[in-house]
Amino acid sequence: MSSWGCIVRGILRCAVVLFAVLIVPSGLVHAITDGSGDPAAVKSDDGKWADKDGNPTFKIEADGTVDWYTYVGFTRYSAECLRCHGPDGMGSTYAPALMESMKRLSYSDFYATVAGGKQAVSSSQNLVMPAEGENKNVMCFIDAIYSYLRARADDAVGRGRPDKHAPKPAGYEKMQDDCMG
Amino acid sequence: MRRRILTHLAAGTVLSSLLMIGTLHAQTSGGDDLLKMEKNAANVVMPTITYDNQRFSGLSQINASNVGKLQVAWTFSTGVLRGHEGAPLVIGDVMYVHAPFPNTVFALDLNHDGKILWKYEPKQDPNVIPVMCCDTVNRGVAYGDGKIFLHHADTTLVALDAKTGKVVCLVKTDDPSKGATGTEAPMVVKDKVYVGVSGGEFGVRAWLAAYSIKDGSQVWRAYSVGPDNEILVNPQKTTALGKPVAADSSTKTWQGDQWKIGGGGTWGWYSYDPQLNLIYYGTGNPSTWNPKQRPGDNKYSMTIFARDADTGEAKWLYQMTPHDEWDYDGVNEMILADQEIGGQMRHLLVHFDRNGFGYTLDRGTGELLVAAKFDPAVNWATHVDMDKSSPTYGRPQVVAQYSTEHNGEDTNTKGVCPAALGTKDEQPAAFSPDTGLFYVPTNHVCMDYEPFRVSYTAGQPYVGATLSMFPAPGGNTMGNFIAWDARAGKIVWSDPEQFSVWSGALATKGGVVFYGTLEGYLKAVDAKTGKELYKFKTPSGIIGNVMTYEHAGRQYVAVLSGVGGWAGIGLAAGLTDPHAGLGAVGGYAGLNDYTSLGGVLTVFALPPS
Repeated sequence: MSSWGCIVRGILRCAVVLFAVLIVPSGLVHAITDGSGDPAAVKSDDGKWADKDGNPTFKIEADGTVDWYTYVGFTRYSAECLRCHGPDGMGSTYAPALMESMKRLSYSDFYATVAGGKQAVSSSQNLVMPAEGENKNVMCFIDAIYSYLRARADDAVGRGRPDKHAPKPAGYEKMQDDCMG
Repeated sequence: MRRRILTHLAAGTVLSSLLMIGTLHAQTSGGDDLLKMEKNAANVVMPTITYDNQRFSGLSQINASNVGKLQVAWTFSTGVLRGHEGAPLVIGDVMYVHAPFPNTVFALDLNHDGKILWKYEPKQDPNVIPVMCCDTVNRGVAYGDGKIFLHHADTTLVALDAKTGKVVCLVKTDDPSKGATGTEAPMVVKDKVYVGVSGGEFGVRAWLAAYSIKDGSQVWRAYSVGPDNEILVNPQKTTALGKPVAADSSTKTWQGDQWKIGGGGTWGWYSYDPQLNLIYYGTGNPSTWNPKQRPGDNKYSMTIFARDADTGEAKWLYQMTPHDEWDYDGVNEMILADQEIGGQMRHLLVHFDRNGFGYTLDRGTGELLVAAKFDPAVNWATHVDMDKSSPTYGRPQVVAQYSTEHNGEDTNTKGVCPAALGTKDEQPAAFSPDTGLFYVPTNHVCMDYEPFRVSYTAGQPYVGATLSMFPAPGGNTMGNFIAWDARAGKIVWSDPEQFSVWSGALATKGGVVFYGTLEGYLKAVDAKTGKELYKFKTPSGIIGNVMTYEHAGRQYVAVLSGVGGWAGIGLAAGLTDPHAGLGAVGGYAGLNDYTSLGGVLTVFALPPS
């Protein structure tokens, strides 16, 4: 039985590998266009999705429903980042379009820039990103903002407010209260 | 960061104190009389052109019949890429041009096509950049007593010798590490220079202050919110809609000590009536943008103030948008004009608010005469209650459907008109005494607005709302340039524009009104009909104010182009089009498709005859 089991599992694995090979083209595109690799959501912790490497990511249902955290990312992005980076991550006359930046930046690059800030001051430009490390309105939602911008970079959500979103997870309010203080 | 700024400034202040000893005598002997100087239409001696903020020039060499022949006389690049608001000054043979951060100022020689006489460029900590809401704009310099006054981004008020550009005096007015920044153009009246502060998105408790133009010492400071003795309100004498305001009228309208981070920015334009000796200005939004978090009327955010120019005491005040729920700052300019209403000559104050209402008040008493929508799209309120016996007299009658307070936190309130950038923002309107009309650059944009909880950290944004903006329903334009009758509260004519009109207007004795567009056009229209008479595409989108001056017998028209500011945020990427799926033809393509960055002054004149 056990050997049969092995064989069955082997076939299944084979099928999975085959399936993976079949879907590789889009997977490869993702791996190239997104700074954190393949954004496919593989595991959820109370509605908060992660990719195979554990980076925060988005999960969009077939009917267009976005996961709760990606939706929260949209609202918090619009409150905290829009003033410089423009609506929908599309940039302004003085700050870069983050939906483009996310195609290059890994999750850790993103986190480091948000928390620590960035300066590019020269005779021709004065670009200064503030360090948000102490800003609870940003840092309590940084994974959500990342998931949202990642979804924008991967063209998984369009412009404006997502029409439909998953319900608020049971533990969300407590997480928010604990973090915001 | 804060310590570094203070150390730097302390050194600067010591140096400037020393400098002042040497230069004071030379500077004070002039005794410029700005009231006399403003009457000479050849010059532009203040950012508002004249104290009454009419933005009307008595020059008429360029007029409705010949403006079509206008040509570019010369141009000048500021070397700065960010949004260029405001306009240059012209005093005699010298033009003073300012730029956004790093707040460069140039003195240009008009006898030599704008040759640079001197250049001033302060060294400021770049950490001030991200605490400037909505681009690193500056709205201009003021002149008085032989000095040029400039409020740096980092809230340093500097006085420069107008002849040499040397620093005469430096004063620190606030603390940028808490989010306070300087963007407004100062105003000089007699021996004082008035400055205000930006920071409503950072919980800054804003103020208007008067500093001595002789030695930079503070004469008075009036906060927008707080205890009576700090907002310079006399409970018995200061009136609101004809009645004394009574004690603690501001603090009573805030929960606990929330007024300490209450906002009420003072970054708009200031005007002055020499007969009444009153200065006029408006205050901005209460902090945060989430109304649920700050119950009460949040006085005196969103308020028109009339203050004694010498003491700062408020003579009267009027809060236009109690308990703001949409970020409708009340900072826009107050235009002082005398017009007949009901057969009686009245001393008027006319104000086009972000909230979409055009207000006409008696500027001596603060009596409310007219409050009417200057864009028919405005829907957040049905009207302003004009019944003097009503308990809600003077208050806007808010429509529950568009009330973000009523709909609550984490609810998206849809289709509110106007959007947060207002039916009109800081771009000042003009008034022509010849036509009796006001010329108003407007936005025709609506929004969805969702407030939510935020926590306050000094120096960090304190916003608490998500919003998305889109063109007003029923059309594909995002702006109009309108002529307004402030006596009747009626639009006389309206010229549609593809984008918001974000440039200050200029009216002239020549029967021509000028304004700029976000694509970069300088336009001249007939003051009576609005008919377009001339347009020219400058190097970048225009958010500056048009001005005119005369030099060596020739009239010039000048404007700064250099797209940016609030307009550069919302429009650069293009607004979302809620009707896209319904097949509406979009004129909504991003501003990026029309123009790019770069600060350039373009000076126009008629061909030499």
